[in-house]
Amino acid sequence: MNTTISIPTILRPHADGARKLSAVGATIGDVFKDVATRHPKLGQQLLAPDGSLPIFVNVFLDDEDIRYLGGLDTPVADRSEITILPAVAGG
Amino acid sequence: MTPFSEYGVHATPLVHLERIAPPGVRIFAKCEWHLPTGSVKDRVAAAMFDAAKSGGLLQPGVRLLEASSGNTGIAIARIARLHEVPFTVILPDNVTTERLALLSALGAEVIFSPGAEGSNGAVRRADEMAEAGGYLMLHQYANQANPEAHRLTTGPEISAGLAAYGVSRLDAFVAALGTGGTITGVARHLALAHPGTVVVAAEPPVGEAIQGLRSLSDGYVPPVFDPSVLDAKLLVRTEASISMARRLMSEEGLFVGPSSGAAVHAALKVAARLEPGSVVVTVLPDAGWKYLSTGLFGASGAQGEELSDTTLW
Repeated sequence: MNTTISIPTILRPHADGARKLSAVGATIGDVFKDVATRHPKLGQQLLAPDGSLPIFVNVFLDDEDIRYLGGLDTPVADRSEITILPAVAGG
Repeated sequence: MTPFSEYGVHATPLVHLERIAPPGVRIFAKCEWHLPTGSVKDRVAAAMFDAAKSGGLLQPGVRLLEASSGNTGIAIARIARLHEVPFTVILPDNVTTERLALLSALGAEVIFSPGAEGSNGAVRRADEMAEAGGYLMLHQYANQANPEAHRLTTGPEISAGLAAYGVSRLDAFVAALGTGGTITGVARHLALAHPGTVVVAAEPPVGEAIQGLRSLSDGYVPPVFDPSVLDAKLLVRTEASISMARRLMSEEGLFVGPSSGAAVHAALKVAARLEPGSVVVTVLPDAGWKYLSTGLFGASGAQGEELSDTTLW
């Protein structure tokens, strides 16, 4: 599956400055592994050493938080839009 | 009577959004601008102040401190002034001028934090000042009185409000995320009063200019937010929030701020997935007054791209 990933400002230095990347995979985890092969430093930010999703990273698949779908095992459809955002608060 | 009526916190109206909801699904919205300073934060401020008072923390000479993008600071300022307790608020320097004017009018001391660091930067600065001593930080992000205010007031008011409409079912509850206090507290009430209700959060995106974090580990998940109460979390983009705030004004006659737009945008998305006959409740945190200077409701209409550089909530 081909996906587009939006990269937040703070992670762009790890992605050669790109705002968006294309990557392939059957699940979010696979897509991140594909990203990591080309951008290893970005991969380190998206996947904790134990392979889980770091607490301060929010990942949205077509604007839905993957923590409430299937986490990194969430299947992705072709042309899915993945948005990565840092966790911040409001109020 | 509510648990915090001595602070002027009384039940707010639960209105039926009759025009904007999809056919067959009823959406009700809690109008929080009916509270004393016009936002949902009057509940939180009252609960935190009350907890500090009961805990004997409001000794003579104490100065209250809080980090806030506006509404919480304004709500605390009112109560602090009534009780003659001095109050300092740390405010991102890109918030709307209305907030600054209100805080000044209420006698609060304002210290600015870099707007590029958003609310996270304000929290960091306040933490540093609190550690240096002399301040009592109420800390809406970590104070359990915040979600408790919603478990004790907002939640039961929703149940009572639905009952007044003769509605006994509640299929989904949707709220915008700031500290996470509203959704955490209301969800804890609903787990007992309306078990099985789907709980959905609407999350604002981090604006390009508010991404001044140095690394992802500078991120912040407020301790009061219990992610386990959620069944789903939807990203609602600034454009969608503003566009829905405008629709609420033109179609429902409700003059609301952007977080209300985000909540209703998410509520409509949830409603579209529910079977006919379903009932959805959401919370409209504040009115549009404090956002007029952003051009949010202007004839030309400021675009989301420009507004994403402003800390809207």
